[in-house]
Amino acid sequence: MRPDLKIITSWIKENERVLDLGCGSGHLLKKLQIERNTYGIGLEKNLKKIQSCLEIGVNVINQDLDSGLENFKANSFDTVLLAQTLQALSQPDKLIEDMLRVGERGIITFPNFGNWKSRLYLFFRGRMPISKFMPHNWYDTPNIHFCTVKDFDLMCVEKKITVLNKTVVNLEHQGSLAIKLFPNLLGEIAIYHITKS
Amino acid sequence: MAHSPATSVGIVTPQVFHFKDPLILRSGKVIPNYDLITESYGELNKKRDNAILVCHALSGDHHAAGFHSETDRKPGWWDSAIGPGKAIDTNLFYVIAVNNLGGCGGSTGPTSINPINGKPFGPDFPVITVADWVESQKRLMGILSIKQWAAVIGGSLGGMQVQHWAIEHPKKLKAAICIASAAKLSAQNIAFNEVARHSITKDPNFYEGRYLEHDSRPKQGLMLARMIGHITYLSDSAMRLKFGNEFADDQLKLEKNVGRNLKSGGLSYGLDVDFEVESYLHYQGERFSNNFDANTYLLMTKALDYFDPSTDFDNDLSKAFANASCKFLLISFSTDWRFPPERSRELVEILLSASCNVSYLEIEADEGHDAFLMPIPKYMEALRAFLSNIFVELKTNAS
Repeated sequence: MRPDLKIITSWIKENERVLDLGCGSGHLLKKLQIERNTYGIGLEKNLKKIQSCLEIGVNVINQDLDSGLENFKANSFDTVLLAQTLQALSQPDKLIEDMLRVGERGIITFPNFGNWKSRLYLFFRGRMPISKFMPHNWYDTPNIHFCTVKDFDLMCVEKKITVLNKTVVNLEHQGSLAIKLFPNLLGEIAIYHITKS
Repeated sequence: MAHSPATSVGIVTPQVFHFKDPLILRSGKVIPNYDLITESYGELNKKRDNAILVCHALSGDHHAAGFHSETDRKPGWWDSAIGPGKAIDTNLFYVIAVNNLGGCGGSTGPTSINPINGKPFGPDFPVITVADWVESQKRLMGILSIKQWAAVIGGSLGGMQVQHWAIEHPKKLKAAICIASAAKLSAQNIAFNEVARHSITKDPNFYEGRYLEHDSRPKQGLMLARMIGHITYLSDSAMRLKFGNEFADDQLKLEKNVGRNLKSGGLSYGLDVDFEVESYLHYQGERFSNNFDANTYLLMTKALDYFDPSTDFDNDLSKAFANASCKFLLISFSTDWRFPPERSRELVEILLSASCNVSYLEIEADEGHDAFLMPIPKYMEALRAFLSNIFVELKTNAS
């Protein structure tokens, strides 16, 4: 279980209606179903992952997030999740707007490109960072919209999005005091709980 | 034995159930008593909770899997999906398929003898709706002492029966699998059906539907109906692939405008059959017109046209599904233009707004509407995965 999923679970209340964008193999929705008795729907475009969802009894709809959430009614979910998928979208801002149209609240997690490791990599090597966490070359990466914690904060101000809660953790998902003081420098994964202003 | 015993249900014997109580139909007409012919595969467990009902489409019947004899050339219509170890696994489930009322596979229908005058019913057999079929299937369920289906599965017209089950008898099924279907037919679909009906009823050998009494059959009409139907069940790409031997590579077949295989060495410069696709359609039409009853064809297309569950719910389909409590799996195929993915997506939206547990897959396939009968690996794997979870849930509930 990815540790960011633990934090997400803590932000979901009993019996919530949850839409998970890019739900992968469905383990988060399954966890929420068991621990929070949620009504969950996952969206996924990879057929292998869809099959895994079906196997564990998670509702899943074959849908590409880049085609939007038009088929979902406004305010039809309590929480809309977007875990580690933001950076792979063609229009992340449009999808976030759509998330907050469909859901009362949104939870977004993304890799923080402002982390010191990325900064050092770029500074010393002069090349786009490659790591275990971001293993792709610039030309064949699905990650086309990296941002930093600071970038995301600015977007929330511009788009009039209220941040209910945010946590920035490292890959071990430990939120030390140092990370709290310098989130954009030390944090590797950002987890935001947002709503409409 | 010619038929692989490992993955086939093997030799099967149909079973006929007689129903003595009259069935009041949607139309108000009554069928005083009737027979339903069925086939079943796998074992019904002690708790009688592992039963799957398979609903057939326009030209299907109760013979869904296996063979009727050692010399049988072709297995049942959905043999690719039903059998030991297959997607609908008969090692886990008891699977039953019914020839619907009004059919011509052995259940009471237009070819049956009307006890009132000792002649075949023919056109006097009442028009049956999807709701009537579901009611007759529910009575069969009662005879078998099954309280809840583990799943009801069907494609096309079969998918409509699945929907009706979920709406009308929410507690009587655990899962609904609706493949290449729609909540109602489009005008284009009804139009194709009308052309088919017109070709049958205008055949000089139709005799107002009393052709059996005249020792005749509207063979040309039925053949034409089937040929039109067949074209709409395939896609442009499916036909190119099938009749495009000029290229060995499938991708090239699709890119080049081929699919023009000649029947013989050259063109006839006459009205004879020149291309393989022509003789293929003739063959399909010929085979169908020898085996299928024209009145049944008319009746089945009417059932398709009439299906619209929203009419009982102020024309609001989400109200229709408001009480549905089963899990839904919907599947569509990319090149199906008779029941295109849009129709399935509409249904998914309705189910979501009714807060149903729904999963949906769109399978890339060249075969058009016919894809629902094909063993396409991603499609079969999805069916298997969904049903394996249903099986796990049955076991969990039991313990």
